[in-house]
Amino acid sequence: MTAKDEKDNPTTSPKRVNRRSFLKAGAAVAGSGVITGFPTIWAQEIKDIELRHVGVSYSVVKAIGDQAAKDLGFKVTMQNLDTSAAINRFITQPNSVDIADLEGWQAKLAAKRGVIQGIEAKKIAEFNNFLPIFTKGELDGHKIPRQGISPYEALYIEKHDSTELHDGVTDWLTNVPQVYNADSIGYRPDLVGHTVTEWKDLIDPKFKGKAAILDVPAIGIMDAALCFESAGLIKYGNKGNMSKKEIDFTCDKLIELKKAGQFRATWTTFDQSVQLMAAGEVVIQSMWSPAVAAVRVKQIPCTYAPVNIKDGKEGYRGWCNGMGLMKHLTGKKLDAAYEYMNWYMSGWQGAFVSRYGYYSPVPSTAKKFMTPAEYAFWYEGKPAPEPVTDPYGVPMEVAGTVRDGGSFVDRVTNISCWNTLMDEAAYMNKRWNDFKVA
Amino acid sequence: MTISRPIQSWLYISPLMLVLIPFFVLPILVVLVASVFETDGFGGLIPTFTLANYATVLTSGLTFNLYLETIKFTVLTWFFTLLLGFFIAYFLVFHVRNPLLAIGLFLICTVPFWTSNIIRMISWIPLLGKEGLINSALLRLGLIREPLEFLLYSSFAVVVAYVHQLTIFMIVPIFNSMARIDKRVIEAAVDAGASRFDIMRLIVVPLSKSGIALGSIFVISIVMGDFFVTKVMSGGGSASVVGAFYEDISVLQYPGAAASAIVLTVILLAVVSFILRTVDIRKEITQ
Repeated sequence: MTAKDEKDNPTTSPKRVNRRSFLKAGAAVAGSGVITGFPTIWAQEIKDIELRHVGVSYSVVKAIGDQAAKDLGFKVTMQNLDTSAAINRFITQPNSVDIADLEGWQAKLAAKRGVIQGIEAKKIAEFNNFLPIFTKGELDGHKIPRQGISPYEALYIEKHDSTELHDGVTDWLTNVPQVYNADSIGYRPDLVGHTVTEWKDLIDPKFKGKAAILDVPAIGIMDAALCFESAGLIKYGNKGNMSKKEIDFTCDKLIELKKAGQFRATWTTFDQSVQLMAAGEVVIQSMWSPAVAAVRVKQIPCTYAPVNIKDGKEGYRGWCNGMGLMKHLTGKKLDAAYEYMNWYMSGWQGAFVSRYGYYSPVPSTAKKFMTPAEYAFWYEGKPAPEPVTDPYGVPMEVAGTVRDGGSFVDRVTNISCWNTLMDEAAYMNKRWNDFKVA
Repeated sequence: MTISRPIQSWLYISPLMLVLIPFFVLPILVVLVASVFETDGFGGLIPTFTLANYATVLTSGLTFNLYLETIKFTVLTWFFTLLLGFFIAYFLVFHVRNPLLAIGLFLICTVPFWTSNIIRMISWIPLLGKEGLINSALLRLGLIREPLEFLLYSSFAVVVAYVHQLTIFMIVPIFNSMARIDKRVIEAAVDAGASRFDIMRLIVVPLSKSGIALGSIFVISIVMGDFFVTKVMSGGGSASVVGAFYEDISVLQYPGAAASAIVLTVILLAVVSFILRTVDIRKEITQ
């Protein structure tokens, strides 16, 4: 299919200029919320194109793909897999994917394996408006920590086919970041009895049999590390890349806690975490922001703990997903993929994910698609001037509510480590399984 | 035109071979080859020949614990599905006199299987949870003061879900072999003064052996090859052999995972051949 595209379309580059300039106009129009459509020739050429965007369900969302297809005039298929199935597919069947939705560590692996191609930064219309998190590794003058793999660290390669990440801005990107957030703990304020601001509450014997932890080894271990660091049991060199000794300490401690009956369960999916909290099985657990919202929608009080960094401890665990271009994309399909990524940055998608409590790398465009009330609540940390709804219009918060953790800047500058794959991942996995089977 | 006998036999088995070779033999070979390769840590395989992956799997205490856990679930599930499967089949064959009704009841046994087994498993959660139906009923009746926590996210829950999912795999083959027992044999035994228990022990069980063996093979291989039920119903509190190597795959440690998969395959083959040695299924089926 790819070879055919290439054959049918050996001379796309002259046209690209026109399309590109049109896209700029299109983006401007998009800003006002209306996209009037592309020129007929382009529309004719692209209508047979299908882009397969593959990744985890919280990042690759059907409603977003449908809107993109409507605005862009070609077919977009969103396919969901869990994190591990996704990276395995990108690496072992790269031709079955067009746009790979990559976390930082996955981008590093995909580049290393040579399954993605570099993305030309200057073809991404909003690249210059990306927040400095992505272009300087900082926000508001605050350096974003690089424990684990920060989005900045995973973003650049030197040439379009480099296999190693490059430290510092270049003309070539491994992915176009599209959604990110800061994760912490969700808890039942009515049952916990005090405001949680520290990770150590999760391992407090008071909540024996009523706590749960995330069972995705690579990130579950970081949540555990945050707890143990918070309790003053250990000081890690780098929570995002532990030594064998640190892994042993962490997993042994987890086993000890499990044997003492601390954990009611562990969870692997968004739904499981909602279920655990909503069914009263646990009162405190590591959780994702929209999961807390999903519990609250059921009229069950649930708070997202603001775990701001203090004394070199605490902090959120950050994650970021971006779109990578698979190596096999060429010709029209490659052009379409660029259009698609540019559409993502043009605001509609940014507004959509913001209503989940996630963030856009270009809030300036997302803002145009949000009501001032929404923006005040989600980004500015102000009391909601009017009731807040989720992306599908379901009421979520009453007027006057303030977002847990506060404003965008408050939350993101308090990230202390990022989702990653450690050098000792194989060993860590083995030790994590020791914990599971203990 | 005549076809020589060897060619004829090859033709007979060719449809089976056409399925088995590409969908079973080749994948197993790929896994076997991967299991002696090395990994570069980034999902790449380095072609070589090493037994290090097997050494790691076979000498690790983790493997032992995982098998212990998996075998525990397998034995418990096998025991309860056999118990239920045998008596349900027995009831349908010997106590329901109208064959049409028996077939009807048999079909009713399959009704739960019209939905996906994931849904069947997950629907246990609202029943068994801390605030689930069973606990709230017991609390309201005053029989307990605190909710029973062992009901969900426990080994108990795992076994309940497996038994619910897999009993049908016992019922079907046992029903099938019982249905072929000549009723006159039983009448003769009754006439000769055999007790109910003797009839069961000397006639029904021996003649149902092939069904029991087939059902056991289904149940044992499904439980040992599964990880999802264990993961969900134990609330992640327990692990399984397959679950552990699935985690290896998630960090792209293919050779180690492949070696674990081969070890599991060999163990399962041993179990199945043990069952087949005990009961000559072919003889029993074709008699």
